[in-house]
Amino acid sequence: MTIDTLSLGMRPAPSRKAARLWQGSAVPVLTVILVIVALWYAAAVAMNWQGVSDAFARAGEQRSTSEIFLATLEQERPMLPAPHQILVELKKTVIDTPITSRRSLLFHAWVTLSSTLLGFALGSLLGIVLAVLIVHVKTLERSLMPWIISSQTIPILAIAPIIIVVLGSIGITGLFPKAIISAYLCFFPITISMVKGLTSPDLLQRDLMRTYSASSAQVFWKLRLPASLSYLFAGLKVAIAISLVGAIVGELPTGAQAGLGARLLAGSYYGQTIQIWAALFAAAALASILVAAVGLAERFVNRRMGVRSA
Amino acid sequence: MSTALRATILIPLAALGCLAALIMVHRPTMAGQAGLGFWALVAVLWLLAGIGLSALSHLRASSPAARRAVGLSVPILFGAFLFFLWEVIVVGAGVPSVLMPAPSAIAGRFMGSLPTLREDFIQTFVKSVLSGYVMGCLSGFLVAIIADRIPFLRRGLLPLGNFVSALPVIGIAPIMVMWFGFDWHSKAAVVVVMTFFPMLVNTVAGLAAAGRQERDLMHSYAAGYWTTLVKLRLPVALPFIFNALKINSTLALIGAIVAEFFGTPIVGMGFRISIEVARMALDMVWAEIALAAIAGSAFYGLIALIERAATFWHPSYRT
Repeated sequence: MTIDTLSLGMRPAPSRKAARLWQGSAVPVLTVILVIVALWYAAAVAMNWQGVSDAFARAGEQRSTSEIFLATLEQERPMLPAPHQILVELKKTVIDTPITSRRSLLFHAWVTLSSTLLGFALGSLLGIVLAVLIVHVKTLERSLMPWIISSQTIPILAIAPIIIVVLGSIGITGLFPKAIISAYLCFFPITISMVKGLTSPDLLQRDLMRTYSASSAQVFWKLRLPASLSYLFAGLKVAIAISLVGAIVGELPTGAQAGLGARLLAGSYYGQTIQIWAALFAAAALASILVAAVGLAERFVNRRMGVRSA
Repeated sequence: MSTALRATILIPLAALGCLAALIMVHRPTMAGQAGLGFWALVAVLWLLAGIGLSALSHLRASSPAARRAVGLSVPILFGAFLFFLWEVIVVGAGVPSVLMPAPSAIAGRFMGSLPTLREDFIQTFVKSVLSGYVMGCLSGFLVAIIADRIPFLRRGLLPLGNFVSALPVIGIAPIMVMWFGFDWHSKAAVVVVMTFFPMLVNTVAGLAAAGRQERDLMHSYAAGYWTTLVKLRLPVALPFIFNALKINSTLALIGAIVAEFFGTPIVGMGFRISIEVARMALDMVWAEIALAAIAGSAFYGLIALIERAATFWHPSYRT
């Protein structure tokens, strides 16, 4: 160990920097991304080739191979749009359009985000309460857990229109039904991971608490809950991502006029592939921001609880 | 009263009461216009069933077989009581079947349209879900092993895999339908993409889970890479891998059904659901949901059983 650090210290500066770059994750990630982009362009050319050459043939024009090659990257409705076409569409709909306009992607993203967050709040509350109950009430563990698992096998898309119809008939419309769908999807990973976390302290640790004659509440607050937090945050990260999926899927069958899911559906009806991909990119950006926010919260909580980084 | 006595008296009593209430509520004079007395009876039954179930789940059975029987009967009785409440409330209060059909109506519809359900099941579950699931999980696992062997690839792929498994991958469904056509191939493609990344991320995380001491021990046995992988790191990774398999089992079903919403031949569970909702035939929709729930639970249960047999050493299975 000491020899390693010594020899590192004696190496000339540039190579050390290069070695650190090589050892870190920035260079590998960038390499993989570059490979993906290159493959993407190749695939775009290959998949659009037929369509472009057919179009030229229909128009009765003779074009050279290089002209067809360039045209594959500039089609209006390509099989696979090239990355730069998607970026241009994103710039057009995010930056060049005012946020209040229905053509703005930010407007649609906000509609989806608001039902995602409401659903996530409802779902986490439900998930945590269920997990605590399941761990402590034996009747519930025995009777509820199998049903929670089977509840997830009900395809959410099928439930979505029913939820909208039932809630609509008692006068609830708009954001709330979509949020219910999100909550229904996202309570499951939270409950499962929280139960796993709350039961993760092994016999030795539980016996130690017994020798301290700790009450069951003390065991919960001082052993089970701290032990479950890393599991909980893993579940929360899955849950917020899946909550976004719920919001997007919830927009599909209900014929919602706004939201990223509505953009996907409209794009698929009219064959606007660039619009579909732009909505997908926006959804991806939204998902990564949300997951990063949960990650930040986890680091904050860990620091407050004095967890040393493993 | 001992718990055993309480359970043996209260549960048959509650069951008899539920049966009586079911017969009562289906009489034409009661259906849709149940009085206050009837609802009071339901509330009393609720109380009886609650106490009885709690006694049953606290029962200390002597033999393992009896313990398993108790463990199995509690969720079944609980579920049966939920269905009883659903039936009694829907029939007794006269909820229109457009909003919420009664379980008996759904079961009737289920039994009445078995051939259709069978075709939908084969199209959606056997063709799309199973083939996509196997391909997605297997390729995720293999890529994880390769990425684990080549550190450069791991450091490049893992952040991306984490990123992608958080994305709403279901959005690629319209694109896959455009590329692979309306039949099951496009649904299987969606399932492959959806299941690949959870498997990749979980397997890589699992392979990194073996502790320093265990690895040093293997090193001191002069175990090579493959021996360490097979004897130490894969077994340690099993809980992570099974976690991915379980997550994927539900993801795959959702993926296939949602993908059918963007275009199908005229067969399939997602297709049937979307047209029957449009026709307001909610009993058929619920029959399809019941089919999906049965198929999905059986799938999940099978994986959970295998997990229990393979990772019996994990603290969450030891008590």
